Amino acid sequence: MSEKRRIELIVNGKRYAGEVEPRVHLGDFLRQNVGLTGTHLGCEHGVCGACTVIAGGAAVRSCLMLAVQADGATIQTVEGLATEAGMHPLQKAFHERHALQCGFCTPGMLMSLAAYLSQNPLADEAGIRTAISGNLCRCTGYQAIVEAALDVVAAGRGGR
Amino acid sequence: MKPAPFAYHDPRTLPEAIGLLALENAKLLAGGQSLVPMLNMRFAAPDHVIDLNRVAGLAGIKRTSGAIEIGAMTRQCDLEISAEMAGALPIFGAALKFVGHFQTRSRGTIGGSLCHLDPSAELPALCLLMDAEFTVAGAAGERIVAAMDWFQGFMQPAAGPGEILTAIRIKPWKAAHAYGFCEFSRRHGDFAIAGAAALLALGPQDRISQAAIAVFGVEVSPRRLPEAEKMLTGAEAGQASFRAAASAVDTLGAMEDAIVSAGYRRKIGAVMVQRALEMAHKRAKAGVV
Repeated sequence: MSEKRRIELIVNGKRYAGEVEPRVHLGDFLRQNVGLTGTHLGCEHGVCGACTVIAGGAAVRSCLMLAVQADGATIQTVEGLATEAGMHPLQKAFHERHALQCGFCTPGMLMSLAAYLSQNPLADEAGIRTAISGNLCRCTGYQAIVEAALDVVAAGRGGR
Repeated sequence: MKPAPFAYHDPRTLPEAIGLLALENAKLLAGGQSLVPMLNMRFAAPDHVIDLNRVAGLAGIKRTSGAIEIGAMTRQCDLEISAEMAGALPIFGAALKFVGHFQTRSRGTIGGSLCHLDPSAELPALCLLMDAEFTVAGAAGERIVAAMDWFQGFMQPAAGPGEILTAIRIKPWKAAHAYGFCEFSRRHGDFAIAGAAALLALGPQDRISQAAIAVFGVEVSPRRLPEAEKMLTGAEAGQASFRAAASAVDTLGAMEDAIVSAGYRRKIGAVMVQRALEMAHKRAKAGVV
C-alpha cells in the first residue's frame, strides 16, 4: 500500500533522482538517499529547528515536508552554503564568535539565519532573536549566535 | 519516530481530491505543520494521505466587492506580506507573528489551521472575530458555513468527512475601526495559554459604536463574547468598561491540564481581553486601523 515513488529534485545545484516511500520526510531523504548528513534531525515534530533547509527560497522544517512533496523542488542544505571561494559569511562569523559548541543545532541555525538575513539584510537584534526563536540550542545560550548574525549584518553581508 | 505507511495521492483538481475522500481512512494534507508531526509521532495513521498542495486554484488572496477572499491553501507567510491583507485586515499581520515561527509559516496554510482547529490557534479566532464565511466543497457541491457554526467542539470543524474547505471570505468593517491583539505564552512561538482579539469602532465622546471580541486558548475552541460586546456598545471606552467586558471570561468553561489550571487560564484570558481592548482603543484614538 505504500508504493515507492520516483522523485527528482535539485539539491545545492545538483540534480538528484530517487525512489522513496511516501512516508519518508525530506530530512531523512536528504540524509539517507542523497547522503547529505549535514541536515540534523532532532525532534522530528517541528519544534527544535535543527532540520531547517531552504526549499524554493523559503526556510522550512525538512521533518515536516514529505520527500514526495519536494518532487521538482530546489533545495539548499547547509552543505550548499560554502562555495569554492570559501565559507558563507555566516559560517565564518559562527567560527569567529564561537557560536557553536556541540554543533547539533548549527545547520538549522545557519539555514534559518541565511534565509532570514537574505530577506532582512539590515536585521536588528530583536529580529534575529525572533528569527531563531524556533531553533533550539542547548549549549551556547544563544548570545554568540546572535552576535555572529549581527556581525554579518554589520559587514553588509546579510544578503550574502 | 517515523510515520506508519500510507498511500499518497497528489490530485491536481478539486473534483479529483473530493473523489479521493471516498477512500477509507483518508486524511487531507495541507501545509503539514500539524499533520506531519502527528504522522511522525503516529498520533495519526491514515491509510491514505491526499495532498492538496498541487491542487490548482486553492491559494491566493482576492479583493472582491466589500470582501477579501482567501484560498484555503494560502500560506501563512503569504498572508503576512499581502498588501490586501495589510490594507483591509491588518489584525492578521499582527496575529501571524505569533503563529509558529517563520520556518513553519512558510508551509502552514490558513485552511489547515481552520481544519486542524487547535484551541489556541490564532487564525480561527480571527475568522470568528470577523464573522468569516467558509466555502466547503463536497461531492454534492459547495456550501457556505458561517464562522459561528464552524466550531463543533475540540478540534472539530463543521466540514464533513467528504468535504474540503476551499475558501474563506471576510468582510472588513465599513465603519472606521481599530484592532487589538495579544496572547500569552511562556516562550515565543509556543501554543498560547490564552489570547484575545478585538475590534472597536469609536463614535463621538469616546463612545463605542461597535465592538467585537474573540478569546482563544481558554475553551476547547475560540469563542466570541456577545454579552460583553453588547455591553460595550454605547459605553464609554476606558479601563472601567474594558474591565467589565473582560469579566465575561470568568464564567467560561476553561480547559485544564497538568500545567495550566482552568482558573489560571480564565485569569489570563480576561487579562488578554482587557489588553486587546486597550490596544484597539489606543489605536482607534491615534487614528490607525
